[in-house]
Amino acid sequence: MGREEKRDLILTLLLFAVLMLGVSLAERYLNTYLIRILNTACIYVVAAVAYNLINGITGQFSLGPNGFMAIGGYTVAILMLPLVQKEQVYFLQPLIWPFNSFSFPSHLFLLALFLGGLAAALAALLIGIPTLRLRGDYLAIATFGFGEIINVLANNFIPLTNGALGIKGIPEYTNLWWTVNWAFWSVFMIKGLVNSSFGRALKAIRENEVAAEAMGVNLFRHKLLSFVLSGFFAGVAGGLFVTLISTVSPSLFTFTMTFNLLIIIVLGGLGSITGSVVTAFIFAFLQEILREVEAPITIGAWTFPGIPGMRMVVFSVLLVVMMIFYRRGLFGDKEISWQLIIDRIKGRNESEK
Amino acid sequence: MTWVSFFQQIMNGVSLGSLYALLAIGYTLVYGILGFINFAHGDVFMLGAYFSFFMIGVFLLPWWLGVIIGVALCAIVGMSIERIAYRPLRDAPRISALITAVGVSFFIENLGLVTVGARPKGFPRPELMKNVYILAGARIQGVTFWVPIISVSVLLVLLYLVYRTKMGMAMRAVSKDMETTRLMGVDIDRIILYTFALGSALAGIGGVLWACKYPQINPLMGTFPGWKAFTAAVVGGIGNVVGAMVGGFIIGLTEIMIVAFFPGLSGYRDAFVFTILIIFLLVKPSGILGETLKEKV
Repeated sequence: MGREEKRDLILTLLLFAVLMLGVSLAERYLNTYLIRILNTACIYVVAAVAYNLINGITGQFSLGPNGFMAIGGYTVAILMLPLVQKEQVYFLQPLIWPFNSFSFPSHLFLLALFLGGLAAALAALLIGIPTLRLRGDYLAIATFGFGEIINVLANNFIPLTNGALGIKGIPEYTNLWWTVNWAFWSVFMIKGLVNSSFGRALKAIRENEVAAEAMGVNLFRHKLLSFVLSGFFAGVAGGLFVTLISTVSPSLFTFTMTFNLLIIIVLGGLGSITGSVVTAFIFAFLQEILREVEAPITIGAWTFPGIPGMRMVVFSVLLVVMMIFYRRGLFGDKEISWQLIIDRIKGRNESEK
Repeated sequence: MTWVSFFQQIMNGVSLGSLYALLAIGYTLVYGILGFINFAHGDVFMLGAYFSFFMIGVFLLPWWLGVIIGVALCAIVGMSIERIAYRPLRDAPRISALITAVGVSFFIENLGLVTVGARPKGFPRPELMKNVYILAGARIQGVTFWVPIISVSVLLVLLYLVYRTKMGMAMRAVSKDMETTRLMGVDIDRIILYTFALGSALAGIGGVLWACKYPQINPLMGTFPGWKAFTAAVVGGIGNVVGAMVGGFIIGLTEIMIVAFFPGLSGYRDAFVFTILIIFLLVKPSGILGETLKEKV
């Protein structure tokens, strides 16, 4: 390990310690509203970083994260829901075997999240095999369909998903400790992956498939692994999400979710993992601020009725305008690294002298 | 299942298939020329129904005139989308164009939700579509055969436009090789605009006919038909106009027949199309009539 790598690792671990300290302070002093937003932001980080891995780093256009999040979310919900609650929730049709006979205790929450991620990864594998062998945008159309199909299944396969009513009363295990840890470690892992030779191969595929293949990169295997990993983290994000809001229903993971993630990764820069982290937080707060726009506004004697849904119109205009005029996003494909921060600080000090 | 009801299901399948075919052509034309999926195409289809709805229901125009204006507006919307959102990105990486297309689609849908609301509206059908005819003992509503008759005639007109006119020849040339076509003195931008106008007008007609068949319209009605139509284009061979039609009929007939034979599975009818897509991608990704494309270095 080189000197700089060692320094970066120590700084990263320091950052982790600071984050953990921050979490314990936040849990004690912040109000529930702010904590809710921070939790959502961290879950967006997990999902967006995973999404950026396939869209930004590998350059394969997927529209499926809502489907993967739904799979992860439902898996975790069904595993974690207490048995008593299961009997109450599934009153239309009883839950199918084996899920009606057991329920994970709270200390197996981590395992449930992993299983949720694995279920989503398996789905990614099944979609990836037929589509990623081909050149072109077949992945986009298959994943878009997949997201919608998952919605159809969630609505119709009542013995497993309880249909349109969804599942209520999922224990709220997710708190800042969980979300911050998952956000941190998923960024750590995916960033490490991107900087490895595997990650460089992925970038080569993004830049030019023919050239990458000529250099001996196995296109199919690399794309597939990237896609499956992306599916895994999306599944985990879905699991965290349902245990945060304690309910899951088909309307939770619609295409809007994918669209939000798309905004995040485009705004942060396609191909910049750390950029996605920054914009995930911006987006989570922006969404709350724009909620005000939709509420009725009273100025003096006049009251303007709020227009629900206006946020999404604003976001879609933002996306198109950014694609046309500001395609790089905030960070382009650059990463925020320790070296960059150190250089910045040194540079500023020198200019101050 | 009796022969009469079997015949009725076939008619249903043909009529649904012809609507998918109308939509699929727009996807395949744009994909053939610009090489990306125009996600907003399904939303232009929705606009066709809404424009006609407002022309007939609010401005009280006669039905045929309302539909003509509605379809013309669709063509204008299609050209505007190309001019404003897609043209600046023609030389950008393909993923940028795709993201923009998703953005445009989402914009139209949400603008629809904000302006006309999510609640479905009843589409005014003309008498022609509502009349009930008795044929060989079966009671058949006008829509059941007027929809396929109209859409098949439109498809024939389109085939004429693409294969027998100068503009059609230029379109095919652009999709074969854009650079060479430019060198031959063809105004590429004009051809692409024309392609979008043509595709969007077909989507508009499809939207109106869809609304005649299922007379409840809402701002999200284009999503599923749009996606299925793209699947139809893939099944037929992406970039191939005749293939898009064949694919449309295959998807429409399969969907209706599966529901007819297994009524218990009707909730999953959308999932079958997905299965067909995956099977085709595994077995014959170039589609039924598509050519295998070799990527040039």
